[in-house]
Order: sequence, then C-alpha cells, then structure tokens
Amino acid sequence: MHQLWTWVFEPGFFSSAPVRVAAVTGGVAAVVSAVTGVFTVMRGQSFGGHALGDVSAAGGSGALLVGLNPLLGFVGLGIIGAGVMDTIGVRRVRGRDLATGIVLGAAIGLSALFLYLTSVSGATTGAPAQILFGSIFTITSATIPAVVILSVIAVASIAAVWRPLLLSSVSPDLAAARGVPVRLVGLLYMLALAVSVGLSSLAVGAILSTALLIGPAATALRLTRTVGWALAVACLLGAGATWLGILLAYDSYYWSAAHQGLPVSFFIVAVIFAGYLFSGFPAARAAAGRRDAAVPPPASPAHEKIAA
Amino acid sequence: MFAGFMMNTWAVATIVAPVAGIVGFFVVLRGSAFPAHAIPKGAFAGAAGASLLGISTLLGLAVFSLLGALGIGALGRRGRSDVATALALVMMLALGAAFLSRTTQYEPEIYSLLFGEVLGVSSTQLLPVAALGLVSIAAVAVLYRPLMLSSVVPEVAEAKGIRGRRMEMCFLIVVALATAMTVPVVGALLIFSLMIGPPAAARSLTSRPGLAMFLSVVIALVTVWVAIAASYTCNWPVGFFVGGLAALSYGLGRGWAAWRHTRATPAAAPRLLAAADRA
Repeated sequence: MHQLWTWVFEPGFFSSAPVRVAAVTGGVAAVVSAVTGVFTVMRGQSFGGHALGDVSAAGGSGALLVGLNPLLGFVGLGIIGAGVMDTIGVRRVRGRDLATGIVLGAAIGLSALFLYLTSVSGATTGAPAQILFGSIFTITSATIPAVVILSVIAVASIAAVWRPLLLSSVSPDLAAARGVPVRLVGLLYMLALAVSVGLSSLAVGAILSTALLIGPAATALRLTRTVGWALAVACLLGAGATWLGILLAYDSYYWSAAHQGLPVSFFIVAVIFAGYLFSGFPAARAAAGRRDAAVPPPASPAHEKIAA
Repeated sequence: MFAGFMMNTWAVATIVAPVAGIVGFFVVLRGSAFPAHAIPKGAFAGAAGASLLGISTLLGLAVFSLLGALGIGALGRRGRSDVATALALVMMLALGAAFLSRTTQYEPEIYSLLFGEVLGVSSTQLLPVAALGLVSIAAVAVLYRPLMLSSVVPEVAEAKGIRGRRMEMCFLIVVALATAMTVPVVGALLIFSLMIGPPAAARSLTSRPGLAMFLSVVIALVTVWVAIAASYTCNWPVGFFVGGLAALSYGLGRGWAAWRHTRATPAAAPRLLAAADRA
C-alpha cells in the first residue's frame, strides 16, 4: 500500500513549496477560466478568448521592458484589447473574427518589439519563452493575493449579469426583443474575459490559459444538459486536470534515469485534450441513438434546455 | 540595403507576399482567421521537434502544419469548429513546450521562428520556399471555383454537390502549405498578420473578387517591402512592422469604405441598391 502511495505521489510532493503554490494558483485560474469559458464556448468566442491571451502577453512583455508589475501589463493591455475588439468588431460572427485577428496581429507585432527591446537592453534572458510558455512552478507565493482578488472580480462581474448574459449568449435576438442591452452585456462579458485570461496567462502561461478556458468548458457542455451543471462540471474538470497535470509533471522527474522532467503545461493540456476526446464518445452515441429514433438532433443539449 | 546578402531576403519576401495575399483573401472571405492563426503557431512546435531530432526545420514545419490542418478538420466534424481549433492549437503548443524542454540553447531560434528572421535568409532556403509557394498557388487555382462558391454561398455549393466539409479540409491544407513555406522566413506569428491585414483592406476597397485578390497581393507586397526596409534601417524586428502595417492598412481600408459610404448615401442610393442586389 505504502509502495503504491509513493509510486503515485513521488517523495516530497506534498511538502514542496512550488507544488503548493502551483496547486493553489492553478486551481484558482482553472475555476475562473471554467466559469468564463462556459460562456465563451456558448457564444462561439474561442478565438477572442485565445487572442486576449496573446494580447495580454504583449502587455506582459511591455511591463517587463519598462519595469512595471507584470500583472498590471497582462490585465491592462488585455482590457484595452477587449475594448478595441468590441469597438471595431461588427456584430456578425465573420466581422468579429476579422476584428479579433487584426487586434491579435497588432498585439503580436508589439510583443515582438517589446521582447526585442528587452533583449537588447540585456535585462533578462529567457523572456520570450517565459512570456509565451510561462511556468506554473515559477510563481512566487506573493502573487497569490492579487490572483485571488482579480479572480473574485471576474467571477463576480459574470454573476452580476448572469441572467441577461445567459439569455444574450443563447439567443441575441430574443434577448434584444426582451430589452436586454445586448451590446453592453457583451462588453461587460469581454472585460471579465480579459481579466480572467490575463490572469491565467500570467499565472500559468499563454498556452494553458486557452486550454483551461476552452477545454473543460467544451467538455462539460458536451456532458451536461443545463448551464448550471455545465459550470460545476467545468470547474471540477479544470481543477482536476490542473492538479493531475502538476502531479504527473512532478513525477516525470523520476521517470527517466537522467531526471529530465517534462513541462507541467504539457501534462495539463494533454489531460484536458484527452478529456475532450473521450467526452465525444457518449455524445456521439447519444446522437446516433437520436438518429435511430428519427428525431432531428438539436444544435446543443445545453442550449435547448435554456431556450425551453 | 540592396547588398548581396540582402538579395535572398528581398527574393523570399517577394515570393511570400503574393502567396499570403492570395491564400489570405480566402481566409478573410471564409472567416477562418482562427485556423489561419492556429496552424502557423502550432506548426512552430514542429520546428522545435525537428531541431530535437536533428532533421530539417522545413520538414518539421510541414509535418506539423499538415497535422494541425487535419486535426482541426477532424475535431471540427464532431464539435464546434472554433473549439476544435483552440484545442488542436494548445495541444500542438504543449508538444512544442515538451520538445523545447528537451533541447538546450534554443532561445534565439525560438524567437526567430516565432517572430521571423527575414534578414538572415540563406540561398538554400530559396528553392524550397519557391516550390511550396508555387504548389499553394496552384492548389488555389485548381480549387478556385468550388472554393469561391462554398465560401460565398455555401447552400448553392452544397446543391451543386460541393461538400462543405471537404472544401474546408482542402482549404486548411492549402493554409498549411503556405504556412510551412513562410514560417522560417516571416515567423509563425507574423504570417498571420500578412494573411489577414492586406486581404481585409482589399475587401473593403472593392467588392469584385478578382480585383480584391490583386489589391490584396499588392498591399501584401508593399507591407513586406516597407517592413524589411524599415527593419533594415532601424534594426527593430521585422515582425513589428508587418503587424503594425497590416493593422494600419486594415484601418485605412475601413476608413475609406466608411467615407465612401457616407458620401454615397444621399446621391447614389439607387446605385447602392443595385450593388446590394449584385452582392
């Protein structure tokens, strides 16, 4: 029994300070991302969610250059980016796609410049990899309070516009007909998204920020029939995948004789991706069953429930 | 600026820009900005893997960009396509992070693969880039009619027996080809700007597809040339100028369209209606 225990949790896992900080920050980022992610997937704004990660990374590299607090850079430029996307994006999905792309392209150009200037000034090495990939194991415990406060703000602003946001995500036309200020609600949602994405890009890196935003939410929306359940399942999946990934990355250090661990972001993304693939099987079976019963398949179970 | 060692750079840029302008025209038309961003960015992982195995970077990029295109197409069959794109992208990037953790001394190379290194093109790169460029242009030429039809009026295309999904897959493969050839030169992140900015600007200048494609190529060429000249002069990364100019050309295009619209509204309402009918 003891052997199995030490085989699963290699020695020192629970007493390691970086692991504890990573587990707390990663868990918080996973839960916030899951909450905003459910709406992101329902609204079909995965591109925007991903782009905001890159935009806030540009802010992070800018902050690195001028010596500001990186959190300020990440969240600040993320919010500006969200505002610009919302302003130039017309409401059609294709126009939004294009507006997102233009803002993203400009932000990437800015990142290139900031990272170049940083490398010229010779202040830090490894800035590109750090900004782009991040590492959950290098967070210091001092960032935890800021991360928690911003997470609470993001979740609270989603909770504040919960019903109109839900209605306008499922059916913008119906929401507009009922007098919901669709545009304003959309902007508020984008701002909450920017805060949560900026936060998770800083905490867990730009790759993981998109993975945590989209993966658990998309998996949960496939598995459940109401938005409430989807939220709960997404939070559990996100936090679970993060912790499992941290454990695997910690253990991977002992897998090879040379003690070359694999990066934690690789494991978390792999767990999330596998979860999404497996969730496709019951959904496909259900769809096949519905086809047998000669009922036209609904667009998405979760949406149907709310509309009804 | 036109010294011997710069000639390769000008040649490669002059090959890359038309390909990006033409493929990008369809990217904008189909609203596939996300896959056009995801495939080059994910393909970057292939370059990291290739350097780990000690094989050619171009091969790694080609394999990973094709894998990315196929993955996005396959995942999109069963779920929302933007979700599929996002998840395929993060999975490729995670693999890239794993590859990078195994190599050492890779920092400057990561930077140049992501943001481009136009100023150090070797003449051995010229031939593969030109070949892949020709292949992608030829693919667009072959697919031109069905691709146009399925992009603009998907219902009519389906009625004529053009499968939307198959067309999407073919198109993603064309994007992957264009990616593999351009990433080593302009970088994974900037080829995207070049595929979005110039075509979007061209589309707001004219509604005729042929003319728009031509304008898109012209704007892409000007963007790349100006970016290289500026980068050579002040030593800032070429990616910054490409990204900035692409956004600028889009802004100017939108501004021009809006200005023409406000001028046209009172006097030329009938003509606009006719144009709307044609569209």
